[in-house]
Amino acid sequence: MDNLLSIITFLPLVAAIILALFLRGDDAAAQKNAKWLALIATSATFILSLFVITGFDSANPDFQFVEERPWLLGLSYKMGVDGISVLFVMLTTFLMPLVIASCWEVTTRVKEYMIALLILETLMLGVFCALDLVLFYLFFEAGLIPMFLIIGIWGGKERIYAAFKFFLYTFLGSVLMLVAMVAMYVDAGTTDIPRLLAHQFGTDSFTVAGLHVVGGFQMLLWIAFFASFAVKMPMWPVHTWLPDAHVQAPTAGSVVLAAILLKMGGYGFIRFSLGMFPVASDLAGPFVLWLSAIAIVYTSLVALAQSDMKKLIAYSSVAHMGYVTMGIFAANQQGIDGAIFQMISHGFISGALFLCVGVIYDRMHTREIDAYGGLVNRMPAYATIFLLFTMANVGLPGTSGFIGEFLTLVGVFQVNTWVALVATTGVILSACYALWLFRRVVLGDLIKESLKSITDMTTREKAIFAPLIFFTIFLGIYPAPVLDVIGPSVANLVVGVEFAVSEYEPLTQFSEGGH
Amino acid sequence: MIGADIAVVLPEIALAIFAMGALMFGVYTSKDGSAPLLCWVTAAAFVVIAAWIGLTGHGANIAFNGMFIDDGFARFAKVVILLSAAAIVVMGQDHMAKLGILKFEYPILIALSVVGMMMMVSAGDLMALYIGLELQSLALYVVASLHRDDAKSTEAGLKYFVLGALSSGILLYGASLIYGFAGTTGFAGIIEAASTEETMPLGLLIGLVFLISGLAFKVSAAPFHMWTPDVYEGSPTPVTAFFATAPKVAAMGLFARVVHDAFGGSVSDWQQILAVLAVASMFLGSIAAIGQTDIKRLMAYSSIAHMGFALMGLAAGSVLGVQAMLIYMAIYVTMNIGAFAFIMSIERDGVAVSDIRGLSMLSQRDPIKALALLVIFFSLAGVPPLVGFFGKFYVLNAAVDADMAWLAVSGVIASVIGAFYYIRIVYFMYFGNAEDAADAHMGPVQWGFLMASAAVLVIGVVNLFGVEGVALAAAETLVLR
Repeated sequence: MDNLLSIITFLPLVAAIILALFLRGDDAAAQKNAKWLALIATSATFILSLFVITGFDSANPDFQFVEERPWLLGLSYKMGVDGISVLFVMLTTFLMPLVIASCWEVTTRVKEYMIALLILETLMLGVFCALDLVLFYLFFEAGLIPMFLIIGIWGGKERIYAAFKFFLYTFLGSVLMLVAMVAMYVDAGTTDIPRLLAHQFGTDSFTVAGLHVVGGFQMLLWIAFFASFAVKMPMWPVHTWLPDAHVQAPTAGSVVLAAILLKMGGYGFIRFSLGMFPVASDLAGPFVLWLSAIAIVYTSLVALAQSDMKKLIAYSSVAHMGYVTMGIFAANQQGIDGAIFQMISHGFISGALFLCVGVIYDRMHTREIDAYGGLVNRMPAYATIFLLFTMANVGLPGTSGFIGEFLTLVGVFQVNTWVALVATTGVILSACYALWLFRRVVLGDLIKESLKSITDMTTREKAIFAPLIFFTIFLGIYPAPVLDVIGPSVANLVVGVEFAVSEYEPLTQFSEGGH
Repeated sequence: MIGADIAVVLPEIALAIFAMGALMFGVYTSKDGSAPLLCWVTAAAFVVIAAWIGLTGHGANIAFNGMFIDDGFARFAKVVILLSAAAIVVMGQDHMAKLGILKFEYPILIALSVVGMMMMVSAGDLMALYIGLELQSLALYVVASLHRDDAKSTEAGLKYFVLGALSSGILLYGASLIYGFAGTTGFAGIIEAASTEETMPLGLLIGLVFLISGLAFKVSAAPFHMWTPDVYEGSPTPVTAFFATAPKVAAMGLFARVVHDAFGGSVSDWQQILAVLAVASMFLGSIAAIGQTDIKRLMAYSSIAHMGFALMGLAAGSVLGVQAMLIYMAIYVTMNIGAFAFIMSIERDGVAVSDIRGLSMLSQRDPIKALALLVIFFSLAGVPPLVGFFGKFYVLNAAVDADMAWLAVSGVIASVIGAFYYIRIVYFMYFGNAEDAADAHMGPVQWGFLMASAAVLVIGVVNLFGVEGVALAAAETLVLR
């Protein structure tokens, strides 16, 4: 099939259109139908995506399953995946059926909810498959609309503030990227991503408005893209929208946000910042590494002080994304491998943690840590699962969380030992906040009156967690399947970056000599 | 010779004769009873003439010694003007009837102002420019105060008239300076006079500045925007809808015509002026709209911001820029028709209201309409994948291509500020307070336009319905001539 990626990408959208046009009424039967249709559509997408991963030649670092059609203004509709993006596609298609299943108990405006989630899936898949700059931007930005509605309609008490903050923050971040994209188009004469990856953007330093810009044009582009991805990721200090959005979003929204949407930032860093602006990335590398290290320590400390479970996990997400940015801008094989692995693994773990919060929130309708305690007495299965994912979040060897953190730390150690040192303290801090959370919520005596009648997980809930548990442990013990797929593409990228940086060095020395 | 000239202006003559005929018909028959019929017939006439111009016109034809130019650019603008005017006339009838002001003069005045607009975009001479502009404006002054028992409507008409007269004065003063220094009123002569020497003669430059100020008033670019919110708010809603669409296209078309046909040799002289106008409009429109609670005032500021973007395209001073401007205007008009189709229908207890809280929780009462509006407002905000984003993309591309990246950056920052008030409307529709809700009884015509507009904004992402190529050809005829 030549257009497999398009089929996968737009299948959820087709299902959403069918839902919007043909499903009438809002009674229990109609709600059931909406959920089933969404579940079938996302499962079908996942099954189709299996053809992508099985047909994917992991020894080949080029783009595969490529399809191309002319579009407007000399742009093209071009889709394709390589070792860097294919696993994000799989992660998305794999998680979406679980997300749909997790909101089986929702009863307010179910049809719209399902439509929003299905459209969101199309847009997320589009981001990872797009091989045209503007097409990428289209999918990247369009995701804001359904997410805005998901937070705003189905969210918690402060949802309106959170929805606006989410929208405006990320919109501001990415419009600068749009200008940079236009500038790239004007400079390179194409928006085709493979051709842009081969294009050298100017690195001659110049002075603009009294500021000396080292790295020149490439640096300006890098800054614009950085603004967008750093907000999306999110990196300290532009992370403040994330805790608000997470706390207010419904469970499914939080899972999608943490597990997939944040990965767009990391993917963007690897594909665009590193791939297209290697010299600027190298120049700005120490800056990003230190930002990441600060993010890891600072947000871990902030997580310690939280009284809301979701907020705590949100801050822990920011800390884990710190490892990702650190690994990416270490710009070596281990670092980038580790960053991608960490993102995949964080997709499972943070998704599962938010689902864990969802399980007890559905029963008690509060996320305050103080409202819980001693759940192990009435919910043994829940306690076990929660413990597993807490450990995975901490990065216990044997879980996938360990591999990612370890690889990124190895990567950054080769580049900057001090950053690696600071970042490693984050591992200890993560154990502090995660285990303390577990102790306060699950362990101890069950003394709260309201918790006396709480019930353990249902079969549906256990079924949702089963695949997540499987992958978290499987990839922790045997990470090769993932690393084999990403390896060649990353090796190719690293070679390109090192070559570009080595080309640049003599020039700087020459200009310094001239002063 | 005269026969050939007349053949070029035949569509304008036909429309003018139609307007006269309709006037006679209205006077000698049942007067206002025939108004609904006249509305439909006028709209049909617009569509027929649009098809005539769009399908049969070719090449560049010049009539009356360069007074009147019929080229691809003029035809593109005319088709957009005629079709949007047809849509507004048809869609506004119900609302006008409800206000009790569906008079037979209404479609006739619209037709006359459309003749003026067609003249404007075809002007090849300062005289033709002024005549077209005044024909258009005089008709608009009257329709603004059509609701003559209403204080706000008459106030709107008066304000529009006084400030419009002022701007016409400024424009005329500029025109007279240009005539004095160039020795001719024809654009072909002016461009020669302006580019004979290294720098443009100072008198000509001052004349140009006055001329641009006058035109900026007509497109409601900041800082000449003062009249817009008051006139938009006070006029009957269908008239507001009309103000927001066809006259804007005509004025932008005229703007492009003047700067390229009469001053095309000295791009750098007017480029900065347009860039400043663009930045001021984008920021003013975006920031001032935040505090508005009246949706018509909000749309007024929104149109100011959008004109800023269109001017950004024009400021690029290239084929790409004019193409971007034309595409932007076509998209802008589509979005506004959809938005106003809905705004006309908001009412509470049978009385039309324009408070944005009236939209509260529309998504629960009428999910389909709410979805269509969601598409329109996100498109106005320029969020992809909706077509409004492509309008912005073309304009930004033109600006960066012309080495004006700073203009593009300020444009996108303004668009983020602007996004706030568009999504605030979405907020009312989807998460508002149900108690504030107003009704929205829509006639089938308005419903149709709302849905069609939303559908165009979504489906257009595939290929923009081929507008790109046509706009490029139109821009080439204007700039490369």
